[in-house]
Amino acid sequence: MEKKRKKKPGLFLTVLPLYVFTICFVVGPLLYMIALSFATNGNGSDTIWRFTLDNYKKIGEPVYLESFVQSFQLAITSTVLIMLMGYPFGYFMAKLSEKGKKRMMLLIMIPFWTSSLIRMYGWIIILQAKGVLNGILMKLGLIQEPLKILYSYPAVVVGMVYALLPFMILSVYSSVEKMDWSLVEAARDLGAGRARAFFDVTLKLTLPGLLTGVILTFIPSMGLFFIADILGGNKIVLVGNVIQDQVTRGSNWPFAAALAVVLMILTSLMIWLYRKITHVKDLEGFF
Amino acid sequence: MRKKWKWSNLYLGLLILLMYLPIVIVVVFSFNESRLSASFTGFSLKWYEALAADRDLKEALVNSIILGAASCLLSAVIGTLGAVGMARVKYKSKGMMEYLSTIPIMIPEIILGMVFLVFFSLLNLPFGMTTLILAHTTFCIPYIFMMVKARLVGIDKSLEEAALDLGATPVRAFFDITIPLIAPAILSGSLLAFAMSFDDVVISIFVNGPRLNTLPVKVYAQLKTGVTPEINALCTVILLVIVLVLGISALAGKKTHKSKDGE
Repeated sequence: MEKKRKKKPGLFLTVLPLYVFTICFVVGPLLYMIALSFATNGNGSDTIWRFTLDNYKKIGEPVYLESFVQSFQLAITSTVLIMLMGYPFGYFMAKLSEKGKKRMMLLIMIPFWTSSLIRMYGWIIILQAKGVLNGILMKLGLIQEPLKILYSYPAVVVGMVYALLPFMILSVYSSVEKMDWSLVEAARDLGAGRARAFFDVTLKLTLPGLLTGVILTFIPSMGLFFIADILGGNKIVLVGNVIQDQVTRGSNWPFAAALAVVLMILTSLMIWLYRKITHVKDLEGFF
Repeated sequence: MRKKWKWSNLYLGLLILLMYLPIVIVVVFSFNESRLSASFTGFSLKWYEALAADRDLKEALVNSIILGAASCLLSAVIGTLGAVGMARVKYKSKGMMEYLSTIPIMIPEIILGMVFLVFFSLLNLPFGMTTLILAHTTFCIPYIFMMVKARLVGIDKSLEEAALDLGATPVRAFFDITIPLIAPAILSGSLLAFAMSFDDVVISIFVNGPRLNTLPVKVYAQLKTGVTPEINALCTVILLVIVLVLGISALAGKKTHKSKDGE
């Protein structure tokens, strides 16, 4: 014990930068934002420090409420699609040979590392009216008129799914990878069918990975306003778009702060629920 | 059994193909003669020539690299020290602080960007490289912190204790024993952090200020005005850089594995 106590001042120095940085650039700004959400908006970007709840009341206005509904709808749609596509992928990937796993990991990481902007841009080329997809479809004679996919809801969903799929794949993969296969074998030996063994054992054991993937896709999908911006034109207005608009063009910072606070409460609720369900403290799997 | 195996591989292959499709399309059309991207009319390098002449883009590229390197380095130091220290200290605030420090990757990016914008203007910081580095470092720290923390759980504590018993100072033990053991985690965390910083649009848009552009911000601004082959060429160049970095890091990973096996 004596020895340990002696080491403490040095140890304090190791965590000091993290403490200072976290307090100065995470806690401080967040508290300031919360305070700001109760302040009154002045002219331009001036803020008048007079307590008000108007900013929160304003969220109830149909225009802004609509953006929340639309964000949630989009997030749920994309997350479900990502789950359906990503789970089998992560599962099959974990069953590959060691060499195959490594190769597959690299194959996934390269697009993941590539600027999401570049990839969205690729989708613009594919989906636009005079783009690749329409070109192929028209050559095949399947359609006469070019389809208007770009700047529509489906295009935004495609973009979201595409941008966030790797998160799901990686978290499912790592949880299937470290799963104890003997449990599945035991279930099979005890007479469970392939499907039964999968749903009763494999799926349950890999649920934390799946839920990690859900969190990792659901949360960013509420904030990726630029995907809605690029692929959806001006038609799809998400909370992120409203916030960005209010901060830059609208210059109503207190209102933007109130929107952000509500969005943050909603996402924290999701994380809290997730922890409650899985009893996992960290975002296990991905890290 | 064999058939099953093949079906799953088909699925993996198809999805991978789909993942690469937009990227391949961008690369292919960067060599397109025509300005339109409906069909490929002929091979040409003229868009790359146009790119080489564009000074704004070069500046944006340099900015992105400086930003990525600086925030990855800063966050690697803070995150690694923090993770190593956190594993040993027993402060009451520890759990709380660990949670708080990971907030930046738990909340939507847009909130973080907005928060930084209002906070930095409260502090009267001039928007530019400084604010960018501060913002990026903040969201890079959690990646390194969590990776190193996960790695620390797996390593044998007795090694460091042995070094201390043999008379090494804690600092010496840290550099000689702990650091080499967690080096892979630091490396992969840093690379991830660099990638995240290099790729970031959402937060950068809020804190870059009126004059400074990073590459993604520049591309984003151009995208909104329309599709041009010049962007295709630019994207292809970025792509090449990333593949090279990945290749190097994979090679480095292989080497550390080999040296470990040798011991």
